[in-house]
Amino acid sequence: MKILVTVKRVTDYERKVKIAPDGSGLVTEGMTFVPNPFDEIAVEEALRLQKQHGGEVVVVSLGSKDAIQQIRQGLAMGAQRGILVESEELDPDAVARVLVKLVEEEQPDLIIMGKQDTDNDANQAGQLLAGYLGWPQATFASKVEGLDSADEKAQKPGVVIEDGKATVIREVDGGLETLQMDLPAVVTTDLRLNHPRFASLPGIMKAKKKPVREIPVAELGVDVTPKVKTLKYEEPPTRQAGVTVGSVDELLEKLKTEAKAL
Amino acid sequence: MSNVLVVAELSEGSLKRATETCVTFAKDAAARTGGKVHGLVLGQGVDGIAQELAKRVDVVHVVDQEALKDPMAETYAQAIKAAADAAGATIVTMAATAHGKDVMPRAAALLNAGMASDILGFASDEGMAMRRPIQAGNVIATVELTSDIKVISTRPTEFDPAPEAASPGEVKALSVELAPPKTRYVKFDKIASERPDLTDATVVISGGRGLKEAGNFPKLIEPLADKLNAAIGASRAVVDAGWVPNDMQVGQTGKVVAPNLYIAVGISGAIQHVAGMKGSKTIVAINKDPEAPIFQLADYGLVDDLFKIVPELTEKL
Repeated sequence: MKILVTVKRVTDYERKVKIAPDGSGLVTEGMTFVPNPFDEIAVEEALRLQKQHGGEVVVVSLGSKDAIQQIRQGLAMGAQRGILVESEELDPDAVARVLVKLVEEEQPDLIIMGKQDTDNDANQAGQLLAGYLGWPQATFASKVEGLDSADEKAQKPGVVIEDGKATVIREVDGGLETLQMDLPAVVTTDLRLNHPRFASLPGIMKAKKKPVREIPVAELGVDVTPKVKTLKYEEPPTRQAGVTVGSVDELLEKLKTEAKAL
Repeated sequence: MSNVLVVAELSEGSLKRATETCVTFAKDAAARTGGKVHGLVLGQGVDGIAQELAKRVDVVHVVDQEALKDPMAETYAQAIKAAADAAGATIVTMAATAHGKDVMPRAAALLNAGMASDILGFASDEGMAMRRPIQAGNVIATVELTSDIKVISTRPTEFDPAPEAASPGEVKALSVELAPPKTRYVKFDKIASERPDLTDATVVISGGRGLKEAGNFPKLIEPLADKLNAAIGASRAVVDAGWVPNDMQVGQTGKVVAPNLYIAVGISGAIQHVAGMKGSKTIVAINKDPEAPIFQLADYGLVDDLFKIVPELTEKL
């Protein structure tokens, strides 16, 4: 089985990014970059499925040349090879169209992607890709009983593949939904699917020798004109700090009469 | 031919409140395009829902077919595409719920449309530029869609539900030919809870590291939540520590809430958490550390030992 996994290079989501003074962009100089956390879960899931079913895991990234670091990290976790499509930041639609092209070339049985990236938070690329390909999709893949389950302790994949079909448990509003899809299919990952492994030192050493194909996006012949244009970046409105109250009685009084929240 | 189509969502046989909030956005959008607000109801045996939605929009298209009994992106996206064509819609919108997030980008692919996710509203009184949160809510981006058809998902907490109109809109049946699905809907397991859903609750009590151990959630937070009929949330730190399940996490990577009253107990106020709750109407913070960042956005801060304050608050309510 061949599994394609996408990994995006994003700014460290634990830190606050600065906005350029004229609001024209974000200042990423000096920021630490990490793999999108949802994508690490995607790589982990692919590796667990590969352990069960054999085959190959291919890590794909679209972005600057530096995104090779995030591909190497996926390879250090255990994936076999990488593809880096060098490009400027693309909108989710262009990302999906580039991936369609790679899927035509690679013919994977399954594509696993993070449900969203922590920079743009769009939550679109996986669904767009499935839509363009006409493949079934299961977004927000999760696990029954989540990360405390016996299955997780045994490092079993949450996605079950049997007889050319993938069964996926999805985290939706108010509960869990189970879908069964014919392969090939697209899966996007939520936080409760698995705990991604850390790359081991031998893994990191081996990753340096694994093949990574680097292609400038222009060579793929895909139209990457954005359908979403960002005009401006600004700080969100800040909340004014309120008052400090001295006691529970004072708090209740304020909540009743001033805020009318009780 | 520049109508706005609102895709409805059902919850246990009734129209979801989130859909009513999306209608409010749709009305604003239609005023800008000069079109009408159309609604779309998909499912089986959904005529009642269509009538309900018709109280708030000009026209409702209803696709009542067995193949749409269960909400699957693969079939729903095809029906949305067909309805957008039938409605002459240039804007297709749905609330950014789990279902909306799943199906709308797929519909955008079929419509060859650009999509803006999780919209907070229009950027100004004129034009079609919209505001949306990025970077864990730390940055607001103003975006514009350049495609002819625009797909937009709206953040439910940012809009009031649309009121009923004086006279209901027209309901039109639509039949859609669907490709044989490659997805089967196996089941839905509802998470049984006596408490209101986090994203719908009018009061949310959240606990953080300050609670010291898992056992203090049932001991301190639950009795307070019982008194206020509140949903219970948590910071990422305590979810990661395994004290409470992940679906209780309020924050950028968890749930975004905007209740009438949010009480943060023993929560410091990390960027990640704040992104998920700063839209709350009134915020109360209880924390013994006066330097905790949560006090910078709380309306009412109580700097004291939560182990003393929370039981007292519960008792006096």
